[in-house]
Amino acid sequence: MKIVVKPNTSIKNKTGGWRTFYPEVSPQKCINCGLCAKVCPEGIIYKDEKAPKPYFHADLDYCKGCGLCAAECPVKAITMMLDNK
Amino acid sequence: MKNILEGSRAIALTIKNINPAVVSAYPITPQTHIVEDLAKFKADGEADYEYARAESEFAAASIVLGASATGVRTYTATCSQGLLLMAEVVYNIAGMRLPIVMTCANRAVSAPINIWNDQQDVMSVRDAGWIMFFAENHQETVDQHIMAYKIAEKLKLPVMVNVDGFVLTHTYEPVEIPTREQIKKYLPDYKSTKGEFLDPNNPVTMGAFATPADYMEIREELHNDLIASKKIIDEEYKKFNKFFKQTVNGQQSTVNSPFLEYTGPSNPKVILVAMGSVIGTIKETVSEMNNIKSLAANLMREKIGILKIKIYRPFPAEEILKIIGKAKYVAVIDKSISLGQIGILASDIKAAAQGKINSKIQSFIVGLGGRDVTKEMVKKIIREVKTNGDEVKFIGK
Repeated sequence: MKIVVKPNTSIKNKTGGWRTFYPEVSPQKCINCGLCAKVCPEGIIYKDEKAPKPYFHADLDYCKGCGLCAAECPVKAITMMLDNK
Repeated sequence: MKNILEGSRAIALTIKNINPAVVSAYPITPQTHIVEDLAKFKADGEADYEYARAESEFAAASIVLGASATGVRTYTATCSQGLLLMAEVVYNIAGMRLPIVMTCANRAVSAPINIWNDQQDVMSVRDAGWIMFFAENHQETVDQHIMAYKIAEKLKLPVMVNVDGFVLTHTYEPVEIPTREQIKKYLPDYKSTKGEFLDPNNPVTMGAFATPADYMEIREELHNDLIASKKIIDEEYKKFNKFFKQTVNGQQSTVNSPFLEYTGPSNPKVILVAMGSVIGTIKETVSEMNNIKSLAANLMREKIGILKIKIYRPFPAEEILKIIGKAKYVAVIDKSISLGQIGILASDIKAAAQGKINSKIQSFIVGLGGRDVTKEMVKKIIREVKTNGDEVKFIGK
């Protein structure tokens, strides 16, 4: 197996399965301040520009459910929900 | 030309001629004159490697890991507590398949604090995935270092050369150091594989994260490669002996391979198995038996065989069984112990022998923390192994 790889290829390891809770964002409440994206330790919160009302949300393939985004959201638009897998 | 040299100096001179690009070490007890001499060569302008003085053994190992990952030849040396502090990096080096060569001057591990020779330190990292050499004397030490680089670079596996602390590192013996030109003919400059080393123009990730989906196969592959390395080691040993005829080791032996050396009759009653410098003491002891000063004659008369293990990992199980299977009694002499179990080499040999040979295999522990192994002790082991019972025995007197 190749153990020397190109940078940015470890993205193939989907690590979202490690979480217990996941962040659920209310697009209505989101004010697009982007604070959640800045505090996300995994750097996997992006703005969904295609949505009718653009809002920030986490890539659940990699989100570990730490809840920092929910704690920091100034308008309480993010709720941590139990991930029933 | 032979010179009378201290073991550490012989190793340092050999490394200088092998010409690594980076040497890193931590300069405090436990350390040896090896890296002290290498630092002096650099300071005196006799060598052109980068000499990185580290802030700990962990850092020294990390520096050679990083340097080796950039695709250059590297060297470091350590012992006892230093090796234990390096342990995490020792595993990383093997897992990343870096062809690093390290000397371990084998010494006891604390507590109690003790800086003298035994082989407990290396045994604590025996499962890390390194090829492990053990040397009996100064010339073999020099030879094994040159071979170590050839094998490491060919197989992309790290090699540790183990030399008994003090017994080899701080004593003087006649030894021949091949010149840089002679070494270069056998060991050409190191070229790492394209696309497999750190290069800003072609970025790669090394030592990356592997999930349960991949980790096990990667480890299995490392194990398989280590087992398969025996063939290359054998080839390189033969090549080495063609290039460097000065080698004095194995001339009296009946069987001589890169993995082991057997000296004795083809129908021995007792075989003594050991690694490192204690083999010299065993040969001396047998040489002086029966008032005839001849090793060969006494081995025949007493039906004793002496088996020296030169490569401990990959473990030469088949080769060992082929020799010890003929003896009724096998005494395995360890300078280390798996506390709560038995001698570590003895444990490995017993595992390999399970259901395959009928010899009685007994574990004997000698020389811990620098206790001198005397001829009386060797004679005692020869007597003890022939008695009933096979429990582990400490031979301290």
